[in-house]
Amino acid sequence: MPRQEAVVRAKNFKEVALGYTPEMAGEEASRCIQCPKRPCVEGCPVNVDIPEFIKAIHEGKMTDAVTVLKDKNALPGICGRVCPQESQCEAKCTLLKQKAPVAIGRLERFVADWERQNKAAMPPGTPLPPPTGKKVAVIGSGPAGLTAAADLVKKGHGVTIFEALHVGGGVLMYGIPEFRLPKEIVQNEVNFVKSMGVELVLDAVVGKCDTIDELLANGYDAVFLGTGAGLPMFLNVPGENANGIYSANEWLTRTNLMKAYLFPNYDTPLKVGKRIAAIGGGNVAMDAARCALRLGAEEVYIVYRRSEAELPARREEVENAMEEGIIFKFLTNPTKFLDDGKGWVNGMECIEMELGEPDASGRRRPIVKKGSEFVMQINTVVVALGTTPNPLIASTTEGLKTTNHGTVIADESTGKTVKDKVWAGGDIVTGAATVISAMGAGKRAAADIDKFLLNK
Amino acid sequence: MEVGKTTRELGLLQTGDSIMSLTGPLGLPTHIENYGAVVCVAGGFAVAPIMPIARAMKQAGNKVISILGARNKELIFWEDELRSVSDKLIVTTDDGTYGRKGLVTEPLKEILESSEKVNLVVAIGPSVMMKFCARTTQPFGVKTIVSLNPIMVDGTGMCGCCRVVVNGQTKFACVDGPDFDAHQVDWDLLAARQRTYLEEEKQAMENWQCQCGKYA
Repeated sequence: MPRQEAVVRAKNFKEVALGYTPEMAGEEASRCIQCPKRPCVEGCPVNVDIPEFIKAIHEGKMTDAVTVLKDKNALPGICGRVCPQESQCEAKCTLLKQKAPVAIGRLERFVADWERQNKAAMPPGTPLPPPTGKKVAVIGSGPAGLTAAADLVKKGHGVTIFEALHVGGGVLMYGIPEFRLPKEIVQNEVNFVKSMGVELVLDAVVGKCDTIDELLANGYDAVFLGTGAGLPMFLNVPGENANGIYSANEWLTRTNLMKAYLFPNYDTPLKVGKRIAAIGGGNVAMDAARCALRLGAEEVYIVYRRSEAELPARREEVENAMEEGIIFKFLTNPTKFLDDGKGWVNGMECIEMELGEPDASGRRRPIVKKGSEFVMQINTVVVALGTTPNPLIASTTEGLKTTNHGTVIADESTGKTVKDKVWAGGDIVTGAATVISAMGAGKRAAADIDKFLLNK
Repeated sequence: MEVGKTTRELGLLQTGDSIMSLTGPLGLPTHIENYGAVVCVAGGFAVAPIMPIARAMKQAGNKVISILGARNKELIFWEDELRSVSDKLIVTTDDGTYGRKGLVTEPLKEILESSEKVNLVVAIGPSVMMKFCARTTQPFGVKTIVSLNPIMVDGTGMCGCCRVVVNGQTKFACVDGPDFDAHQVDWDLLAARQRTYLEEEKQAMENWQCQCGKYA
């Protein structure tokens, strides 16, 4: 897959991966042996008919490829870019044990991008069935909500998505950086869902502007909660409130949703120090660090308390980060932030760690190495330890049950919560996970909601 | 009343114009009950949030004494509105161009020193004004509520930009507040965090004025 050169791309917000040419796509598609078992389909959380869309590419029937792909996946331009295919469909590919699995993700992106550029060539979509007269309120326009809405509207139900922010897309807009997922593509996918007849209401903070019970009392027959995991976690060490210390949510939201990199054309800048540390080892930490580089930092560190082998981030993003010159400090944990006497962070006290026995997550537990304290000279910090669900919905919805972590309890296969007429899916149930697993949850919940509505 | 680029842009709008996005109400509502006697202190622009609070306190049966202060006569507004929901209104200006010359903390202190029984003080205005109101009421042990105004991004608790420290604990002003116990607030931290983008705010203003100049 052609990519922007590391040295060049570390200074711009343009997409890193440049996408297949038609020749490359044709060549890769021809590798698929169309095996009868189709294990790749099982590996996909939304069960895309993978061999079929690949066959269509191979035969040059691009409009068919689009139709097959979009039948199961309403957001292929997004999935083709951010899905961890290497642990999903591609991990099941029959060719995995031979040369290499078919590059399903890249082919998916190719098809989605082709459609965006060739809209006029597409035949009209399948007409919707007659309206059922039922209405569903979907809370949140991230991947779970968009997918549930798309599937429900295709069944003839009236669907309204309530989105708290001023633009649709959720974490696709505010969290994943522009250079991994261009916002224009996200808006294209959101508009596609709207074009199917879904109503998108922005600036609607459910739990404040309306409660779930108010929605159910005012004409909605069912509610799907797709509000994600947007509550930031901090280290809770001394000095953490100094200027220049950001949660990853704030860092990424200002950068990607609010275009800090285009200040002063946009009024939501960031303070970008020369030496920046992103604390954490997941995709968000990688995103935050790579944004820091592009925003003009001279030295960017990833500070992670375990070792490289335990990094939860996608391998591809770790490699991209390393190529771009980000310095990884493993087995390091911050214990305190120092400031310059004027309220600005200028140093980070750290301690070295070593790995002990595995903990509850299965990863080796980090243990403090006594006497190994040291100070890193840092003038901006991004805390990317993870996120949990915003308590706003749970705290304003009677009868909804949550776990100690704030996640809503819902049936794994149907998304049904213990509250009458309320379903939930995505990060609000699982905690921070992936776009595609949220989409899978949206699909399963939509199917169950449809069953419920038709039996009424 | 307009200070930075955005409020000036808002000031240029005419009836019938629109802005891109508006949401609310966010945060926790002010707690209203019959405390007995409440002093409402409004610093400048803050007569806007104080007004509905004073009115609700009055409707709940409280005696309401209001203090409205601004730097000069031009910055005083809603005086009659505030008077109409208060048992007593004192107006101050720093420069004496209207009402009583001085800061709002002076009549506040006098009320607390007098035989007037005060159960609650609600003070809203620029952080330094709220800080000094807190200092004024502290020796008298009167519960004081302030409405904190740190920088905010989403207002729904997702980013932590609005972190304040109250009673030694980090709180998000947008969801845990904006009302907090004035005597527990770390005022220095609030002031420091509010200064984060001073440079950029100045740059944005200069840029904008430059652009306006082109089209004026």
